[in-house]
Amino acid sequence: MVMDITFKDVGYTYQVGTPFESRALHEINLTLRDHAFTAIIGHTGSGKSTLVQHLNALLKPTSGTVTIGDRVITPETNNKNLKPIRQKVGMVFQFPESQLFEETVAKDIAFGPMNFGVSEEESLKRAKEMVQLVGLKDAVLERSPFDLSGGQMRRVAIAGVLAMKPEVLILDEPTAGLDPEGRRDIMGMVQRLHQENQLTVILITHLMEDVANYADQVVVMENGGVVKVGTPREVFSNVQWLRDKQLGVPETAAFADQLIKKGFQFKQMPLTETELADELLPQLPQAGRNDNVE
Amino acid sequence: MAKIIDVTNLNYRYPQQTEHPALKDVNFSVDQGEWVAIIGHNGSGKSTLAKSIDGLLPIGEGDSGTIKVGGITLTEDSVWDIRKKIGMVFQNPDNQFVGATVEDDVAFGLENHGMPREEMVTRVHEALKRVRMLEFAKREPARLSGGQKQRVAIAGVIAQQPDIIILDEATSMLDPEGRVEVLEIVRKLKEEENMTVLSITHDIDETENANRIIVLDDGQLQESGTPEKIFAYGNRLIAMGLDVPYAERLRTALRKRGTIVPAQYLNEEGMVDWLWTSHLKM
Amino acid sequence: MSNKLLLGRFIPGDSIVHRLDPRVKLLMSFYFVGIIFLADNWQTYLFLFLFTMVAILLTKIKLGFFIKGVRPLIWLILFTVLLQMLFSSGGTVYWSWGPIVISSYGVVNGIYIFMRFVLIIFMSTLLTLTTPPLSLADAIESLLKPLKVIHFPVYEVALMLSIALRFVPTLMDETEKIMNAQRARGVDFGEGNIFQQMRAIVPLLIPLFVSSFNRAEDLATAMEARGYQGGEGRSKYRVLSWQLADNLTILAFALVTVVLVILR
Repeated sequence: MVMDITFKDVGYTYQVGTPFESRALHEINLTLRDHAFTAIIGHTGSGKSTLVQHLNALLKPTSGTVTIGDRVITPETNNKNLKPIRQKVGMVFQFPESQLFEETVAKDIAFGPMNFGVSEEESLKRAKEMVQLVGLKDAVLERSPFDLSGGQMRRVAIAGVLAMKPEVLILDEPTAGLDPEGRRDIMGMVQRLHQENQLTVILITHLMEDVANYADQVVVMENGGVVKVGTPREVFSNVQWLRDKQLGVPETAAFADQLIKKGFQFKQMPLTETELADELLPQLPQAGRNDNVE
Repeated sequence: MAKIIDVTNLNYRYPQQTEHPALKDVNFSVDQGEWVAIIGHNGSGKSTLAKSIDGLLPIGEGDSGTIKVGGITLTEDSVWDIRKKIGMVFQNPDNQFVGATVEDDVAFGLENHGMPREEMVTRVHEALKRVRMLEFAKREPARLSGGQKQRVAIAGVIAQQPDIIILDEATSMLDPEGRVEVLEIVRKLKEEENMTVLSITHDIDETENANRIIVLDDGQLQESGTPEKIFAYGNRLIAMGLDVPYAERLRTALRKRGTIVPAQYLNEEGMVDWLWTSHLKM
Repeated sequence: MSNKLLLGRFIPGDSIVHRLDPRVKLLMSFYFVGIIFLADNWQTYLFLFLFTMVAILLTKIKLGFFIKGVRPLIWLILFTVLLQMLFSSGGTVYWSWGPIVISSYGVVNGIYIFMRFVLIIFMSTLLTLTTPPLSLADAIESLLKPLKVIHFPVYEVALMLSIALRFVPTLMDETEKIMNAQRARGVDFGEGNIFQQMRAIVPLLIPLFVSSFNRAEDLATAMEARGYQGGEGRSKYRVLSWQLADNLTILAFALVTVVLVILR
């Protein structure tokens, strides 16, 4: 089945009909394609988290429709029939290690699949697979999740979501608070899941480097609306626009922008340092090739 | 210059994990008015080091070494005097916000020292002005962003007028805007008050303003030197679980492609200028 | 967002009632409960009703918020009123069946009791609607101060209360976040029979406990780093100031007492 997710005129308002009513989303029209790697960027409070909670029906729109695969969700949809969507669309929240609660890592990972009717035996088997998939050793399976390091706990939490075998994986700032090595490991793993396991990935992030390196579609949000959708190169080419919106700029684009201001010219906006180096190469004096390679 | 922090032969183990030492024979000192950045991956012992300087860790058998702050040796008797000289900002913005409102939180440390109210009011006002949070004085923490909460924590430090500020991964849970705001305030504090700064981080970009960087790995001091020296390590930084600054990554990428590159580490500005001058030579 | 509802009992404003010293409001609320028992005829009840309405008017808060305060207790009130009506005798008897008698005396008493409940609820709602929880904590601290003589840890209790209040919204957010995370893993909260619902609570409670303990540990370290050594020798930043309006409020309540005594 094709798991495209489509938003049509979606709006969401918190606490409708109370004095504390506040509009979080308005007029969202958006398609997230099956098997794509989409990054959602925007300021804290721009509506990113509210938007993604519609992707697995944790929230229902207060206006408009959300279509997830063949399921159509409207404001009137009955809450009872939403559960199967949550199995298909897995969600890793920010600091997901705070959701761990079982006595052992194995039991915690098996918790999700068992809630969706998978047998205990099969769930524990999946736990073993997933632990390897997230790069942990089998030995952690029988340990208490609370005895692990922060980075390990985060992997266990991600494994717990993967064990439901979702087709779509949503990650809300999966590397927040991790050190550079932990960040590289997690993002490498997400990329593998996307490429090898064909998962559709939706990543909320503040880190423009990750967007430049991994995403093939970028959604820019501001004040509860979508202000731009495009490939990373389309979105990051206009450095001035990003600065005006006070969004981050990938290091390479920022650096290239300084070079352009000096007078360098590039065929297209480079997004990684290797792209930039390739573009710079013909514009710089050369030593004998490969003389200085480390 | 006077050594304001002097750590000699520090060894430390956490009570629960006696088999694996958290700090092994650490020696270092910080001069008055210096900004020293301690960098290392998670679990390298950097936070333990920060907390031990403020006497915040339970001491057990086998822990050894001397810590001197402003000439006073840290002991059970002197710990409260030493804490007066040091202001600490911790990692989690929520878990260090004691007061029910912004101004209450800034005043908390002053209340502890029994300061008369009139003086507290002036100090709280001044401190909030310094971190540009004055208009939020009556706000509750639930209505602040992470970056704003950390600025309040810094205001709490400023109000106490310590000699040293220790930032224990104070930016690691913030979004990029919050991070920039906090670092900007610390930079100003250092410049205007000549405050001694000890910043603990795993983000190499945050160390570029330091006078000196200390690299910690597995509880041991690995390297110490100016940012220029440390940044030029390139891939050795990756091996230590860290990042390489952008300008250095570009220098490496160019060298691999056979371009003549400068022999030294250049910061971004220097790199841009150098590229432009070389381009003109073609 | 949801935390606003919980602390929604307090409605920010700048009325004269909002600005009163919380100690006065707290003391007078208790005092009101006492003097309401002086009322024993329709004149006194009418007088108290008018007094309460004037107080509500002064808060500049809609009457609806006060009526909402009655709603959760309405069944208890009606039950009490009914008992009073059915089991007290005297005056003209309208109807009787065994021990159950409906008399004029019972009906009037029932109405009085109803009034008493509603007025007490209105007055206590007025206290919580116009006083932030933190100010109430301050008032309690200030009023408990004499207990220091018997070594009651007033400062510590007050600080505990203030920290607890400060962390209510934080914990509410945390609860919501963990609930969402577990719902995403297939937990149904609030569905199924009691047993299923209790089981659904475990994956919520354990993470909440763990995170609260971590927070407490961090907070203790942060407090220690900022020189906290217990209540002794601390000064106070937040002070309560007794103003003319507070004295006038006490005077007003004294007058009400006098009028009640005259009218009864």
